[in-house]
This record gives sequence, structure tokens and C-alpha cells, in this order.
Amino acid sequence: MARPDKGDLLVYASGDKAHEVITLADLPVGGPPVMAWPMDPASKSLRDGSRLNQVVLVRLNAEDLDETTRAHSVDGVVAYSASCTHALCPVTGWNAEKHVLRCPCHNSEYDPRRAATVVFGPAPRPLPGLPLAVTDGALTAAGKFLGKVGQTS
Amino acid sequence: MFERQLLWWSLAVAIPTALLPASAGAADPPAYAPVTEQRLTNPEPQNWLMYRRTYDGANYSPLNKINGSNVGNLVPVWTFATGVTEGHEAPPIVNNGVMFVATPQGQVLALDAKSGDLIWRYKRKLPEDLFQLHPTSRGVGLWQDKVYLATTDAYLVALDAKTGKEVWAKKIGDYQKGNYMTLAPQVIKGKVLVGSSGGELGIRGFVVAFDAQDGKELWRTYTIPGPGEPGHDTWKGDDWKTGGGSVWLTGNYDPQLNLAYWGVGNAAPWPGDAHPGDNLYTSSVIAIDPDTGKIKNHHQYHYNDAWDWDEVDPPILADLKVGGRDIKGLIHPGRNGYLWVLERGADKINYVAANPFVRQDVFSKIDPKTGRPEYNQAKVPAVGKTVTFCPSLWGGKDWPSASYSPQTGLLFIPANDNICGTMVGEKKPLVEGQLWLGADVDKLDLSKSQSGAPYIGELQAWNVAEGKKVWSQQFPQQLFASVLSTGGDLVFVGGTNDRYFRAFDAKTGKLLWQQKTNSGIMGNPVAFEVDGVQYIAVQSGWGVDGQRIQDSLAKIDPSVKPDVPQGGVIWVFALKQ
Repeated sequence: MARPDKGDLLVYASGDKAHEVITLADLPVGGPPVMAWPMDPASKSLRDGSRLNQVVLVRLNAEDLDETTRAHSVDGVVAYSASCTHALCPVTGWNAEKHVLRCPCHNSEYDPRRAATVVFGPAPRPLPGLPLAVTDGALTAAGKFLGKVGQTS
Repeated sequence: MFERQLLWWSLAVAIPTALLPASAGAADPPAYAPVTEQRLTNPEPQNWLMYRRTYDGANYSPLNKINGSNVGNLVPVWTFATGVTEGHEAPPIVNNGVMFVATPQGQVLALDAKSGDLIWRYKRKLPEDLFQLHPTSRGVGLWQDKVYLATTDAYLVALDAKTGKEVWAKKIGDYQKGNYMTLAPQVIKGKVLVGSSGGELGIRGFVVAFDAQDGKELWRTYTIPGPGEPGHDTWKGDDWKTGGGSVWLTGNYDPQLNLAYWGVGNAAPWPGDAHPGDNLYTSSVIAIDPDTGKIKNHHQYHYNDAWDWDEVDPPILADLKVGGRDIKGLIHPGRNGYLWVLERGADKINYVAANPFVRQDVFSKIDPKTGRPEYNQAKVPAVGKTVTFCPSLWGGKDWPSASYSPQTGLLFIPANDNICGTMVGEKKPLVEGQLWLGADVDKLDLSKSQSGAPYIGELQAWNVAEGKKVWSQQFPQQLFASVLSTGGDLVFVGGTNDRYFRAFDAKTGKLLWQQKTNSGIMGNPVAFEVDGVQYIAVQSGWGVDGQRIQDSLAKIDPSVKPDVPQGGVIWVFALKQ
């Protein structure tokens, strides 16, 4: 299963809008995060055959992002691999007060404003980022994951 | 072989020749003794051949050379680093001087139990996309010349006991759909029984048996009855298809009745109104005919579970005299905080008694004839409600096993008291492969009960027949580990976040010995003997739920630090010579 690639559209992974393209306007500043799958723009096929392709998107104040993070973001929207680097649990939790992404399985927390740095829990490394672009209002991948996803041992 | 040769060489240069064994043969691993039905039914005192040592599940060893008079002289004789982190929850299994240890990440180590030398190492190649909710293993099962491992990618693997080579591997379910295994396989008369975890991922639980020799699947019994099966009417609509009832701890077995007693996990998702009905056989014990897989009888400890109170730890089988009557008992210190005493028979399980062993504010009454509880409705989590209940979702006793000493007639429970949990119920659709709790995970907080008692963990000794607590030892935070009792009238347990491994006097509860280890201990300690010397062995390696509780306690108590060191080590102790 090919990983997300440059030009891929991002679609809602589940819910009422499942498999609809996610636009910049869909995401309110301050969260909550959205779970997404990449979609090949030509064939319109979802890259949902592996959990390692799942992406979490969240929109924050652009000025709150550090320099590295901002370089891969679009208008405050950042995207990361949704597979926790600890045990690959989908990172679906969100602490709205602290603005951290939270793994519901073993409590790892990541700061999406600082390249998903681990701020709590057993995760050994940050969530790999997915650089973003915007095309006709739709969010797209501007490249591949910025690091390895999947089991390290 | 290379590793052993290297070790041999290093010993030879490091130690004066006079101290070396008399012959090269002494460095060879002990000859392997095939495991038979007779040996599993009546294990030699020196061995620990299955998860809880004996089919009755007592976690008891008759060995008594280490006892109250000398346990103060217990010292480590060897250790072995497993090379992995996460929860080390398996007992070292010992067969005539050969030790098998399962660790997280699908690893099995075979070691010379006396010297600690590695005989072989097996490490399963786990899929790169494997999501491990519980990265652990609770041990291996043995039969003839094979070792059986249940894996987190949902395979039952048979290994050659002498070489560690994989003989066969059989898929029991789909890890991408939430099936996984952490339990030690149970072996009965040439059949290997395992079950599937995944109750928090919307699976329908089952127990499945394989031919120990060739791995052929012989039967599969779902813990949630399908249409037309007895008990199916305790579910509404399609809830049964995703209703949980996971099976993630090894069962016990009565050879006379030919019934395997297995515990069944909680109903899913968590809030009770998300799966209306009694929800058989969740939060129950089921008695399975191991020849056919047929459920012959059962007892449900509590219906329509809403608290994540898996009752997956099976009851201990013990002969008891209750009210002047001799009974074939089933003893279960429940996750729901009640100590259940049942009577087992060929056709029926009878309720005998139930007493709370920790503060429990959910049951308002227990039916004296059937044992069916009534609930305080204000304490039943539901969708859209915020409910605080005691004990917490980790229960009065979670999966770590209690121990029953036939010598003292006492049951030793690794309990947690004075701790409550809050659940905010929510309705969410099941997304395959994602956690499906039906509760807001960011608001699953612990709180101290109103009792004002200064402890949570409590090692309790009970006279089960009389329904009386005889002694207890209390700990400021959680106690999360299985218990061993021995013929030396000792009780061994780890389970605390201060990394100690402790021994208590079985009759009085007095602390007799303790050793700080590398990490926290959660698995069963075991006792074994080689060449007339008694040993105590345990794995130290904190993680999984011990750590989850640690994180939650750190939120409410600034004196609790979330950082308990991780990394597994096998410890083996003996009396100082």
C-alpha cells in the first residue's frame, strides 16, 4: 500500500461526511482534529488499506506554530500521521485546553504546534508530519510523511 | 549455539579452572521432559508447567524449603534482561530445569533455570501496522515437546521446545479488525485453548481449540450466543455482533467434571444502555466441555455491564466447607468488587455467597438464591450521563490472579480499594480498528473515595469458607500483580510502583522480605526446584494497565510521578548459601 504522496487530496475518514474532500474552510481554528485518509487525485482511490496512511488534521492559530511546523502548514492547518509512535493506536483524542493531540490507548500527548513533539506518555518520537498545500480550497499533501510510520522494533 | 560457545569461552578465561564444571556436558541444557496429560493434572512439586501452575488455578506451589524461618536470606542468583519494554505479565514456566518466558513483542526465551543461560530465543516478526492496545503476553502453554504462544497479531504459534523453531502458526482472527491475544494458552488432553481480546474494538469474543500436534482448528465457541442459541435473547438487535465478551486470560479446568472454566470480559461499548439486555455471557464464568466446545453451564456475576468490569479472570477451583456442607467450590474475587463463592457441578453452577472485598457503591442488593445483583441506578453509566462509581473501571481486582493456599485455607487477593472512577457516556459509531469505548476517554478520571482511607492497594487474606478477611497489607497507591503462595507459608507479590518484590507470612501478613527491582512487577511469581534447590522467579517490567493507573493517579495526586522505569528483567532468587 502506497503511502500518501504529493498532490493527494484528504477526505474525511468517517462520520456524516465520510470520504468527502476536506477543504480549508471546513476546519475551525482551535480544533477539534479531523481524521482523514489520503486520496489519489487521479484515480480517486483512497489510500485506506493500511492504518499507517491515516492522517490527523487540526487547525490552529498560524502565529502559534513554530517555524518548522509553520513551513509545512497551510493557514494554521497541520497534518500528522494518526498512528501513535508508541503502539500505533489511532490518535483520536484532543485536549482543547492544552491544544494537544492525545492517544486514547496509552496517554501519549503530542503538541501539534511544535511538530507533534511528545509532551507526555510513552511515545518514543513525534508523529511524522505530512506537509500541506491547498488546491482550489481543498487541502492536499505537499509531499510524503516527514519520517517513518509503523513499528520500529 | 554461537552465543553459548561465546559465553563458555568468556567464562573459561574469566574464572579459575578449578571452578569450572567438571565436564563440558554440564553446560548443556537439561534434557527435555515431554509434557503429558498426567503431568499437567498432577505436576511434580518442583515444576510450574502452566499459567497458574495447576488446573485449579490456585497459583500455589507446595515447595517449602524457602519459608518464614529463612526467607530473609533470599538473594538474587541470576537475572536476564529481556531486551524489550512494556508490560511483562507472564510467569516463568519451568519444566525440569528448563524455563520458558514470554515477553511483549512476541518473544519467548528458553533458559537454563539454574544458571540463567540462554538456550534459545524466538521473536515473532509482527506486522508493521500492528496496533497493540495491550503490548504484553501472559505466558506460554506446554504439551509434549512443544511450546505454545498466543500473539498480539492473533496467531497461535507452536514452537519446538528444544530448539525454539516455529512448527506451525494458526490465525485465530484478524488483527486489523480488532482481534488480538495476550493470554497464555491452556492445554487440555492434547488440545490448545485460546481466546480473543478486542472488547474495546468491537469484536465478538470466542474461545477456540486447536489440535496441539498439527494445529488443526477443532472447535470455536462464541461467548455471545448467535441467533437460535441459548442466551441470544439477552441481546437486542445486532448488538451481539459487536458486543465484546472478549477472552484474554487462561481458564482453569476440572478433570473430574471435564469442564474448563473460562472468564468472559465486559459488554461493549461500555455504557449499559448502549447494549440493553443481560448480555450473556459477558461478565460471566462459562464451563466449557473441552472435547466439543459446548458451554455446559455458566454464572453471570453481573448483567448488562456498564463499568468495564471484565470478569475475565476465571474462578479458582477449591474444596470448601460452607455452612457445614462440603462443596466443590469456585472462588472469584471479581473486578466488580465482590468475592463470589459458587458451587460447581456437571450441569449447573450454584450461587453460594458474595461479599464486597472493597468499597462498592453500585450493587444495592444481591438475591440470596441466585446471586443476581440489583443496581443503584444513579451509579449505572449511560450515554449522555456522567457517573462516578466505586471501584473504578480497573475494579476491586483486575486480571492479576489471586492465590489460594490449601495449606492455610486462605485466599490472597491483590485488591484495590478507596478508588473510584468517572465515566462520561457517549454514543459513537464503531470505526473498524479504532478504540470503541462509548465513553469520553479524556474524562475517564479516577478519584479517591469518601472513606478517607489512606491506601489504595491492599493485599488481602480471606477465609473464604467463613467469608472473613483475616489480614491485609496496605499500600498508598495501586497493587497490580498476580500473587503466589507456597507450602512454606509465604505469599509473594510485586505490583507496586516502587518496584519492590515482597514476601509476607501467609498466616499473619507480616512483611518478611523485600527486594527492589529494575522496574515494576505485574506478572505471577513462581516457585520451582532444580537439583534440590528451591527458587522463586518473577519478571519485572512495568507497563500497560499498571502504567495507565499510574498516569491517572498522577493527575489527582501530585506526589505520584508518572515515570516508573520500564524494561523487562527476569529475576531468580534462592537462599544465600
